[in-house]
Amino acid sequence: MERSEEYIKNERKKEWRVELQKKTKAKDRMAIERVEMSEQDPNERIKSQRIEVNNGLSKEQAVLEATRCMDCVNPTCMEGCPVSINIPKFIKYIEKEEFGKAASVLKETSALPAVCGRVCPQEVQCEQKCFYVEKLNQPSVAIGHLERFAADWERESGEIAVPECAESNGVKVAVIGSGPSGLSFAGDMAKLGYDVTVFEALHEIGGVLKYGIPEFRLPNAVVDVEIDNLSKMGVKFVTNYIVGQTATLEDLKEEGYKAFYVGSGAGLPRFMNIPGENANGILSSNEYLTRVNLMGADSEDSDTPVLRGKNVVVVGGGNTAMDSVRTAKRLGAENAMIVYRRSEEEMPARVEEVHHAKQEGVEFLTLTNPIEYIADENGRVKQVKVQKMELGEPDASGRRRPIPMEGSEYTIDATVVVVAVGVSPNPLIPNSVEGLEVSKWGTIEVVKDKMQSSIPEVFAGGDIVRGGATVILAMGDGRKAAANMDTYLKEKYLSEKVEQ
Amino acid sequence: MNKIVEKENFSEKVVKIVVEAPLIAKARKPGNFVIVRVGEKGERIPLTIAGADVKKGTITMIVQKMGVSSQKLCALEAGDYVTDLVGPLGKPTEIHNVGTVLCCGGGVGVAPLLPIVEGYKKAGNKVITVLAARNKDLLILEDEMRKHSDEVIIMTDDGSYGKKGLITEGMEEVIQRENIDECITIGPAIMMKFCSLLTKKYEIPTMASLNSIMVDGTGMCGACRVTVDGKTKFTCVDGPEFDAHKIDFDEMMSRLGGYKSEEQDKMDHFHE
Ligand SMILES: Cc1cc2nc3c(=O)[nH]c(=O)nc-3n(C[C@H](O)[C@H](O)[C@H](O)COP(=O)(O)OP(=O)(O)OC[C@H]3O[C@@H](n4cnc5c(N)ncnc54)[C@H](O)[C@@H]3O)c2cc1C
Ligand SMILES: Cc1cc2nc3c(=O)[nH]c(=O)nc-3n(C[C@H](O)[C@H](O)[C@H](O)COP(=O)(O)OP(=O)(O)OC[C@H]3O[C@@H](n4cnc5c(N)ncnc54)[C@H](O)[C@@H]3O)c2cc1C
Ligand code: FES
Repeated sequence: MERSEEYIKNERKKEWRVELQKKTKAKDRMAIERVEMSEQDPNERIKSQRIEVNNGLSKEQAVLEATRCMDCVNPTCMEGCPVSINIPKFIKYIEKEEFGKAASVLKETSALPAVCGRVCPQEVQCEQKCFYVEKLNQPSVAIGHLERFAADWERESGEIAVPECAESNGVKVAVIGSGPSGLSFAGDMAKLGYDVTVFEALHEIGGVLKYGIPEFRLPNAVVDVEIDNLSKMGVKFVTNYIVGQTATLEDLKEEGYKAFYVGSGAGLPRFMNIPGENANGILSSNEYLTRVNLMGADSEDSDTPVLRGKNVVVVGGGNTAMDSVRTAKRLGAENAMIVYRRSEEEMPARVEEVHHAKQEGVEFLTLTNPIEYIADENGRVKQVKVQKMELGEPDASGRRRPIPMEGSEYTIDATVVVVAVGVSPNPLIPNSVEGLEVSKWGTIEVVKDKMQSSIPEVFAGGDIVRGGATVILAMGDGRKAAANMDTYLKEKYLSEKVEQ
Repeated sequence: MNKIVEKENFSEKVVKIVVEAPLIAKARKPGNFVIVRVGEKGERIPLTIAGADVKKGTITMIVQKMGVSSQKLCALEAGDYVTDLVGPLGKPTEIHNVGTVLCCGGGVGVAPLLPIVEGYKKAGNKVITVLAARNKDLLILEDEMRKHSDEVIIMTDDGSYGKKGLITEGMEEVIQRENIDECITIGPAIMMKFCSLLTKKYEIPTMASLNSIMVDGTGMCGACRVTVDGKTKFTCVDGPEFDAHKIDFDEMMSRLGGYKSEEQDKMDHFHE
């Protein structure tokens, strides 16, 4: 996966790359303005949870944007990518209008490029390290948009290449959890010839990609294509199966599974433990988003209800908070408001989501924190008591610590409050597997870069190890774990077989 | 997809359903529940595992018709399939040999009580069971309860069967008559609240099994939060049984109504 600098340099010297480099002068490349992603009209798109906001780039837009890329000798963008995608190579294939090949380059390192192109925080990863930003103080090449373009082109062309899989080696491995981490692990192991089964607690495959991130950002169809592909590669999926409850790891061992990958996520919602928080109408972002995204509660023919309100307050400043507040708009809220204790600068959400939320009329109340909820006589929340904050010294996260301002309390009307202040690791596996080393935060301890836990045949990655991260990191962990588990299993089972 | 192998109507409102689920049948313990979903647009609803047959690989659920989802489930027949079934969920009941146990069930709460009564009996306890229903027709599982209890007392609101009166009256009679070491109560929240107040007066350790609103049933959403001993707990993973004397029943009852008007809309839509 990690390729040497040498290799990257040699790739850059290939004939087709050199030809492209010569075709357009650097000055002309730099004169091109960064592409603007076309979007659905904010007033139209908030009428449905299922209208994707970004339209994607046209072929012409993509090729032009790819031309901006300087094909740097030292592609710093790659340093910013957690899985070191060969960024210049895929972009140059787009410039050359060989879109299928561009997609193949992405797939060398990323299991879910169509997903990452939509949800990665590119502005703090690859794009932040782009030559244009670092050296010219100009907008970066739109790497994320191009990634999405190449992946979508492949999907829409109907020419998705099902990766070749090695001959079956008959060794059974189990994956616990079907989020991006589990899916990428499953794909790599299937390619290596393993007999892979993914166990998922919910009734749908996809983890946060399905129950958390709304369709206006990531259509289910995009995720389903990837899942279909895995099925074609022979990966088996079992839904409604909670490892540790429906059956234990030991039971699975008895069924012949030789090794396990735990990608069970950080799905536990945190609350703030402030007075009145258990009033009706106050719910976690997980509950709110699950009702809508997984259960389809935005549609009338779903049996699952969801709370709607004229005034909706969402507490938090991450992607989850943005997804919740924009969902509230789509469920008909007149006033949907973010209440966040730090300033906008510290918000962990992707910049694009904040921008889109503002376009859609979401209000932002920053440097403000809820301290109490006031309910009506039926126990339904009617007001949020908030307190103003100011920023002090930086804390452990490097962000400036919010400090309450005495005497600054006031109330806001709201009949629905969504609490999106973070999640904790899912304790199901840590609690049910004896001998598994777990940190004091409840994350599974693994040997870094190997993703192997204190139990040799148990590997883990994604949010259950990181305690809440990103899709691309979760995916990268899955791929690392696959490579290392392969080595482990080959030594333990397959070399013996050869000798016999 | 899990096949329904048997269905029996206990009353107009209460149905027994036996479903194929071999792994759950094997893994379940008294007090566990499952989440069931009927149809692609279906809601996930929690139901207690009222019994299981490991050999046949089936579990039994006893369902009371409430709103849309329970009615859809009750409308299925033997041979039909439930779309999704997951479990076993929740912490099992802690069953020990403590001496004499008073088991109190009201309404459809009698169903989840059955495996617990069975468990207590098997553990060597003297089991006295008090069952309550509005009237004779709504009483369920009497024979099964008799099989596993040393004594069964029946209370009906209208006196159409057993004794006339509330469940607490039946309980108090037993408590005054003999020493009770432990009590368990399952039924409508209001009933559990009054059972709990009663046993508190007599200082009898009491467990209540809560039927909070749930979505995932695995600790992921917090829809099922309750306050126990001043702390927020998730019914699905920390419960469903809690020390009854520490539960904030008023908050719990209020939370059960948290989606009342939305549920009503779904019902109106269902009947259209
Ligand atoms: C609303 C929301 C928006 C987000 N937006 C972004 C974004 O824009 N960009 C970004 O990069 N990241 C985003 N994230 C974060 C990102 O989604 C996560 O970091 C990522 O999904 C973690 O992947 P995972 O595979 O580790 O776990 P998950 O995606 O959480 O999947 C874990 C799966 O395991 C299942 N499971 C758990 N326990 C068991 C068990 N015992 N047996 C069987 N199955 C089990 C769960 O049901 C779940 O489906 C967002 C998160 C949320 C909640
Ligand atoms: C751990 C657990 C075990 C359970 N075991 C059983 C069982 O064995 N048999 C059984 O019949 N039911 C059981 N229940 C209750 C059952 O889940 C609900 O009756 C069901 O979800 C109602 O769904 P519905 O769509 O039919 O009704 P809804 O339309 O959701 O509700 C109809 C009316 O009932 C109220 N209501 C909603 N949810 C509940 C609830 N959980 N309890 C009481 N009132 C509610 C609503 O406010 C509404 O007025 C259990 C619940 C829990 C949490
Ligand atoms: S039902 Fe979702 S946390 Fe309990």
